[in-house]
Amino acid sequence: MNFNEEQIERYSRHIILKDVGVEGQEKMMAGKVLIIGTGGLGAPAALYLAAAGVGVIGLVDADNVELSNLQRQVIHFTPDVNKPKVISAKEKIEAINPDVKVVTYHTKVFSENITGIIKDYDFVIDGTDNFAAKFLINDACVFAAKPFSHGAILRFSGQTITYVPGSTCYRCIFLTPPPTDAVPNCSQAGILGAVAGMLGTIQATEALKFLIKKGELLQNRLLTFDALDMKFREVAVTRNPRCPICGENPSIKKLIDEAQPVCSLKNKNKKT
Amino acid sequence: MKIKVNGKDQVIDAASLTVTELLKTVKVESPEMVSVQLNGEFLSKEHFANKYVKDADEVDFLYFMAGGIEELPVSEWRK
Ligand SMILES: [Zn+2]
Repeated sequence: MNFNEEQIERYSRHIILKDVGVEGQEKMMAGKVLIIGTGGLGAPAALYLAAAGVGVIGLVDADNVELSNLQRQVIHFTPDVNKPKVISAKEKIEAINPDVKVVTYHTKVFSENITGIIKDYDFVIDGTDNFAAKFLINDACVFAAKPFSHGAILRFSGQTITYVPGSTCYRCIFLTPPPTDAVPNCSQAGILGAVAGMLGTIQATEALKFLIKKGELLQNRLLTFDALDMKFREVAVTRNPRCPICGENPSIKKLIDEAQPVCSLKNKNKKT
Repeated sequence: MKIKVNGKDQVIDAASLTVTELLKTVKVESPEMVSVQLNGEFLSKEHFANKYVKDADEVDFLYFMAGGIEELPVSEWRK
């Protein structure tokens, strides 16, 4: 790959990094990253991957931008309200960096469509906000031997782990979704917008490290933090022999759609 | 017994406790929303009631976290 003058200038702060250099930048520009969910986590991740010049960024989201998203989903702006999130995000990515090719999937992920969507990408970022999607993304990535970053946030805390084929998967830790009536109800939920940014940028960093093949990925260790006291903790996690998908006797042999616990206060028909 | 809970030393006023009892003792708010790792091994939920935590054990509570940012209808919280 030959950089033009503009690219050399645009990526100069990457290129002068010993662990990136011209080769690393080329790898980023040849990389394909899929972001599932263009919300609190996906928004900051997409912005940094776009700025880094990742060659292809895929965006999956079925929702439209709502006013209450703007407190944390920093890729969407006030005039974008009611616009499909994938379109709003695509416009910003292209404005940041015309080198990036954006592919949009205006849909949710299901057991039937996810394998086809992740197939063409090098790395997947889970930026979804529900257990059904999180377990599905894990399963699809384990089956397809596709590296991915799990990320989740709640109130002031976050957790993230990176999966690469052979490492501890999300189900090794959590096995199955929690009982539907146990999920915190809406009055307990909420998120400090900047906390979403902290986690989304960790996920983007993992994607970039994976592309340039430098450093240590966050594999076999779950990183959790509580931003209220700003403490980070790393928990060593090992493959679980009883993991339903990557264990010794896996019970999951094909993709399944887990039931999605719904918030009791949530009016499911709210979206118009 | 002296155990490590989430990486921190903790002295518990009992010789041993089941995982269920420990969850209560250390005041885990919603025990259904944690995955428990005992000495590096993940426990199935069915074993919380009959698996014992003893002196020098290391226990990690890993919280189920999805997003918690499901949109709350404005009409609900403005009341
Ligand atoms: Zn597993």
